[in-house]
Amino acid sequence: MRARRETALSHTVLVLAVVVALYPAMAILSLAVSTPAARPTPMGLPRSFTLANFAEAWTGGRFDSALLSSGFVGVCVVAATLLLTVPAGYALARLRVPFAGVVLGVLLLGVVLPYEGIVIPLYRQMLDWDLVNTWWALILPQIGLSTSLGVFWMHTFFSGLPGALGEAAAIDGASRAQTLLRVYLPSAAPAVATLALLVFLYTWNDFLLALVMIPDAPGVQTAPLALSFFAGNRQAADIGVTAAAAVIVALPLVVLYLFLQRRFISGLLAGAVKE
Amino acid sequence: MTAPAAAVRAAAPPRRRAPARRRDWPALLYVVPALAFFTAFVLVPLGQAVWLSLWEWDGVTTATWAGAANYTAALADPAILEALRHSLVFVVFYALLPTAVGLALTALMTRVRIRGLTFFRAALFVPQILSGVVVAVAWRWMYDIDGPVNGLLRLVGLDGAARSWLGEFSTALPSVGLVGTWVMYGLCMVLFLAGAQRIPAELYEAARIDGAGPLREFLTVTLPGLRRETAFALVLTVTQALRNFDIVWNTTSGGPGTTTTVPSVYIVRAAFTTRDYGTAAAISVLLTVLILAVTGLVLLLFRERKGAAA
Repeated sequence: MRARRETALSHTVLVLAVVVALYPAMAILSLAVSTPAARPTPMGLPRSFTLANFAEAWTGGRFDSALLSSGFVGVCVVAATLLLTVPAGYALARLRVPFAGVVLGVLLLGVVLPYEGIVIPLYRQMLDWDLVNTWWALILPQIGLSTSLGVFWMHTFFSGLPGALGEAAAIDGASRAQTLLRVYLPSAAPAVATLALLVFLYTWNDFLLALVMIPDAPGVQTAPLALSFFAGNRQAADIGVTAAAAVIVALPLVVLYLFLQRRFISGLLAGAVKE
Repeated sequence: MTAPAAAVRAAAPPRRRAPARRRDWPALLYVVPALAFFTAFVLVPLGQAVWLSLWEWDGVTTATWAGAANYTAALADPAILEALRHSLVFVVFYALLPTAVGLALTALMTRVRIRGLTFFRAALFVPQILSGVVVAVAWRWMYDIDGPVNGLLRLVGLDGAARSWLGEFSTALPSVGLVGTWVMYGLCMVLFLAGAQRIPAELYEAARIDGAGPLREFLTVTLPGLRRETAFALVLTVTQALRNFDIVWNTTSGGPGTTTTVPSVYIVRAAFTTRDYGTAAAISVLLTVLILAVTGLVLLLFRERKGAAA
């Protein structure tokens, strides 16, 4: 009897916690599909349905090019991060790399370092290289900022594999590169996929770097930056149109999340389980 | 701007030492590309931030040596101190509150088997995958004079409490803070629920045989069992609280007045509005040191004691 009451209480609390977590997202969605004449109820439920807000946001805020920018930057950063950090993590975990401890120690700094602290020198650097207002001003620093996460991620994964795997390959006369590509990489596919997803998420959602590096080039703006400018321009946009713009910017990741939520959650939580 | 690189370079190149074990020098080739990017876009800028903070420079004319003057000026500036105070308030809202809520709610659930955990986890995690700008836009509507928060208050008859939450001096800071609580509590809950499932059921049975009530059980079994998860949650949320920029910038921009300013806002303003690179760099360095210190402190407080039960 008591156990049943506890079960009911626990689930009620969980449902309440979920309602609170989803409520703002639902409220902005219902505002986005409402006509200005029939806004949502005080509780946030829709009273009308229209897609006009989306059409207006799409053309008014240049979200077509913003989504493409974010996608391009994200794919470049993910590809480069994987190319750089999979071999590095493999070598540090499985090969006798000289000064491996020093390398990992230096990279650890990058895991905890807030990039707010280095954004100004990064900006000056990009200014010197004439890259401000281009995608490269986002891509290059983002790759650098992702390397420590990536190396640690892959290092942890490769360290956890049984040693016999590589030894067997070595006896067969496989080179280090062949061992990585043929023996380790296939079993690393899930870890690599999760890393790719995490880096893509962080890159897609970044705002500060985009704000600093793309001050005035509308065609290069990423989706969050375009949304920030669009929402900040209160005279130009109706609140429903701004809401639609927010939905447009969130949608690609939400869709990705619907399909891959297990991977997202396990990835974001992994740091807690490992040391 | 070549000198800062020298300070950083000292750390990078491996120096020759007596080979203790057989070392695989060609294996370094696998590591060098990643290390090169990390050096170019993290270590060098870090050194440059420190270097810049010692100069007075507007980005155009010749810089003049300032020594520690930027730091003393920043720490004597009431506006910067106010921003740091706001950061501490955000630590309460972004870190302490979500961690406490997460632990309390998890404690309610340790005695039962949860159905549909996958769904609950996925839903609780949604705020984590949204961009800070999206979160800010959503909450601007939540807090709007005609938005759901006021709608809810009017619905329960508290018409007098309805207000422009982000626009008033007295409510802006806690209102922005609660956005952070909203972003973080689901993460904390998911983290703690996962950890609680790894606590052996025998520990709970033993506690119950000893006649422990829910509170004793929480203090003696659940809380120690979630030590690592708590440390991780605190490091993550405190860091986010101190770095807080996206949400502040896109909800209030630091206003009304200066009631919600944070160090990051002054970094961006100093570098791009007032063109005072030295001050901006000094605040950057102070923020970095603060975050590293707090992270170290949390890890120190929560480190595993030798001999203690895992």
